[in-house]
Amino acid sequence: MTGTFSQQAHVRVAIIGGGPSGLRAAAELAGLVDGEVLVIERESAAGGIPRHCAHTGFGIRDLGRSMSGPAYARRLTERAVRAGARVMTSSMVTGWAGERALEVTSPAGRMIVQADVVILATGARERPQPARLIPGARSAGVLTSGELQGLVHLDGRRFGGRAVVVGSELVSWSAVLTLREAGCRTVAMATQAEQREAYGLVGALGRLALRVPVLTSTRVTRVLGQQAVTGVEVEAIDSGERRIIDCEIVVFSADWIPDSELARAAGLRMDAMSKAPVVDTALRTSRPGVFAIGNLLHPVDTADIAALDGAAVVSHVMAFLGGSSMSSDSIDLIAQEPFRWIAPARLRMDARTPPRGRLLAWSDERRYLPTIVATQAGRVIGSVRSPWPCVPGRVFRIPVRVLSGADPAGGPITIGLR
Amino acid sequence: MSGTLAWVPPGTWPSPDQVYDVTVVGAGLVGAAIARALAGYELSVAILDARDDVGDGTSKANTAILHTGFDATPGTLESRLVRRGYDLLSAYARECGIPVEPTGAVLVAWDDEQQAALPGLRAKASANGYQRTSLIDADEVYAMLPHLGPGVRAGLTVPDESVTCTWTTSLALATDAVRRGAHLLLGAEVLAVDVTGAPARDGDPHDAWTAIRTTRGSIRTRWLVNAAGLGSDHVDRMMGFDRFTITPRKGELLVFDKQSRPLARHIVLPVPSKAGKGVLISPTVYGNLMVGPTAQDIDDRTDTSTTEAGFAFLRDKLAALMPALQDEEITATYAGLRAATEHADYVVDVDANRRYAVAGGIRSTGLTACMAIAEHLIGLVQETGLLEMRERNDLPDAPAMPNLGEAFLRPYQDADRIAADPEYGHVICFCERVTAGEIRDALAATIPPTTLGGLRRRTRVMNGRCQGFFCGAQVRAMLDAAGRDRS
Repeated sequence: MTGTFSQQAHVRVAIIGGGPSGLRAAAELAGLVDGEVLVIERESAAGGIPRHCAHTGFGIRDLGRSMSGPAYARRLTERAVRAGARVMTSSMVTGWAGERALEVTSPAGRMIVQADVVILATGARERPQPARLIPGARSAGVLTSGELQGLVHLDGRRFGGRAVVVGSELVSWSAVLTLREAGCRTVAMATQAEQREAYGLVGALGRLALRVPVLTSTRVTRVLGQQAVTGVEVEAIDSGERRIIDCEIVVFSADWIPDSELARAAGLRMDAMSKAPVVDTALRTSRPGVFAIGNLLHPVDTADIAALDGAAVVSHVMAFLGGSSMSSDSIDLIAQEPFRWIAPARLRMDARTPPRGRLLAWSDERRYLPTIVATQAGRVIGSVRSPWPCVPGRVFRIPVRVLSGADPAGGPITIGLR
Repeated sequence: MSGTLAWVPPGTWPSPDQVYDVTVVGAGLVGAAIARALAGYELSVAILDARDDVGDGTSKANTAILHTGFDATPGTLESRLVRRGYDLLSAYARECGIPVEPTGAVLVAWDDEQQAALPGLRAKASANGYQRTSLIDADEVYAMLPHLGPGVRAGLTVPDESVTCTWTTSLALATDAVRRGAHLLLGAEVLAVDVTGAPARDGDPHDAWTAIRTTRGSIRTRWLVNAAGLGSDHVDRMMGFDRFTITPRKGELLVFDKQSRPLARHIVLPVPSKAGKGVLISPTVYGNLMVGPTAQDIDDRTDTSTTEAGFAFLRDKLAALMPALQDEEITATYAGLRAATEHADYVVDVDANRRYAVAGGIRSTGLTACMAIAEHLIGLVQETGLLEMRERNDLPDAPAMPNLGEAFLRPYQDADRIAADPEYGHVICFCERVTAGEIRDALAATIPPTTLGGLRRRTRVMNGRCQGFFCGAQVRAMLDAAGRDRS
């Protein structure tokens, strides 16, 4: 424990993070749980990343309609509050005071919140320039798309000039739209992938409507400028040829990493590749009574998928609160190339179904009509042909039925492609 | 004299008729320490700096180690001033609340040559007046630093090496100087100096003054003190000397995520060998681990960009030094420039004829030595008998600096402080846990920041792993609002 405390509280369920997954979990649990469901949100308003995503497309899978990010954030917050959950904003969990006890700092004071269940829903963020080890200047004009959206959509800033966007995922196109709103022209998008990463339709619309040249198989090797950005140096990966693109803004988009500081501080078992806490198909971490949901687990899928994690965790939380016996009967799921990680990464034999019946995976290669293969002790226990391609830069979804032949005593299961 | 016109905001300029007793060129660690000490006498003092903030040149990017001076060359001025400076700055840090974390250091030998050098380094430490080193074997090294890579041969412990905050130190010294009445003139690059414009009339040197022309205007001064860091050779030449040339030596550093901090609880120092100085791994006072620096002589005195080659070199070293650290996320990368000269020692000198003093060639040890350099230089000025120096008895207290050290209670952890002022409970920067109260205080301080970089150095805001992903927009808005309020 660090620091001093003026208050203590006990709640039935503490949810850390008031984004789509945390708010959805709160909305459902508040009506079921005997006791308080508390959402602890460190921003001044709940809603998470969608709060500063002005474009539409939110809510399709979970609410059955498409709406803008801010509208979606408001809707999720209202539902949680109306269901009886307490949403505490400008409140940050800064550490652990026990197995399920949290140190919380807020303008109302420094307190310890003791909970029967803790749900980690802390989301993910983009790696900034230094974390990508891109050298050059530390200049004004270097942003992540998260910061860019905050500047333009929350703070109403306008600036002209030219921008280069690093990445070509969905969020990268969102950054292009945001730049346009700010009066800034995107002169290039640069991606290391051999083909564009975003969903085909979005990419095609983006290229045509926004007229942004996408440089594939290209990496940014340097940011130029001393006080302010004057350009970026890019390298064509195949030829090694380098050139300079003049610009005043560089947006480092995507390259997501979970905000897993609290998970790691708790000493939870972590996935070395995704850097997320390891959960089983019931979304349980390695500490009893501590669950994890949302893009903290799978950096990153869309907001509605994150929200549906929040719906899926409810029955498992209720089972834990009801004192149902916790079988430790579970099997590790190991990602095999081209997969970098798989979440959940453990199959629990008494709760085999992950959210939406799908395991989520990240692929480093593009494959069309892939066949997913599960192997246990050298034996193929299942295979599923996917109609969807797997593409670097977006989450690939694997039907859990590929594991239907799992032997509880058969040891770890490897999941890969054929 | 005290505090009538302290901080001189951008856009204003002292009257052309005013003649300062002393003008210090350079508001880095050394210049600020000199100005602060001078302002302790009944003198009018100005501080000029080319940049828009104090401590914004070579002072802001170093390894931030408070050195015992154990490895200096015995008998040099640097050896003496580092030793003295360690005591002076340690005491001043306690007074002002500059964070100092006593981590201790271990010199680690990885081969025969390095192992053979350890007893000599111990003797050198002793010759420098530092007696608390110990030779330890490989097992003892691993007991202290279990995550070092394989192949450690032996070590030498230096228990009093500490880590501190170079930003808070320069800001504290400059704030103290300003509160004592010194005028701080920022954004004023020295263009020319005219010593002969008003030669001493009737042989009375007290009447003589030097004209300094800067990018913001001219000022007059009786004495000029050159603490211009990377520009100190230029100013020295303007004063008519040709005795040293600065060759900026770029040092690149990698700062790792706070979650890596348990991997090294002490500073891991390289043993200097034929292959070069090697790189160190050091805890930072902010709770990170840092690896570096590189050492590359360059021409451009403004080039603080990081390089592919620098990163590759550091990654390569790290693979051998501490393999586990390679898997950790990198929070920040930066490059600092050391003001290296062709001389092995500091250049601290006084010229009575020109009423001029210089502190040049101050390398990275200058953080530790700065207050001793000030003391030594002022002593030399005093010896000329040309500057009347009466100590003041009306000095304000040393400034109470906000704590940026992770090892000490920070506002977000302090229930009483939050109860008294809820703004200290409103965390704005999540990664570094910087509160709205701290940002507000920094923006209203004696020397407020005018740039994002300045605000970052005063509060740690946006310095963490997300580099502004979450709080960047809000922090910029707060900085801009404060700027509007001032203008």
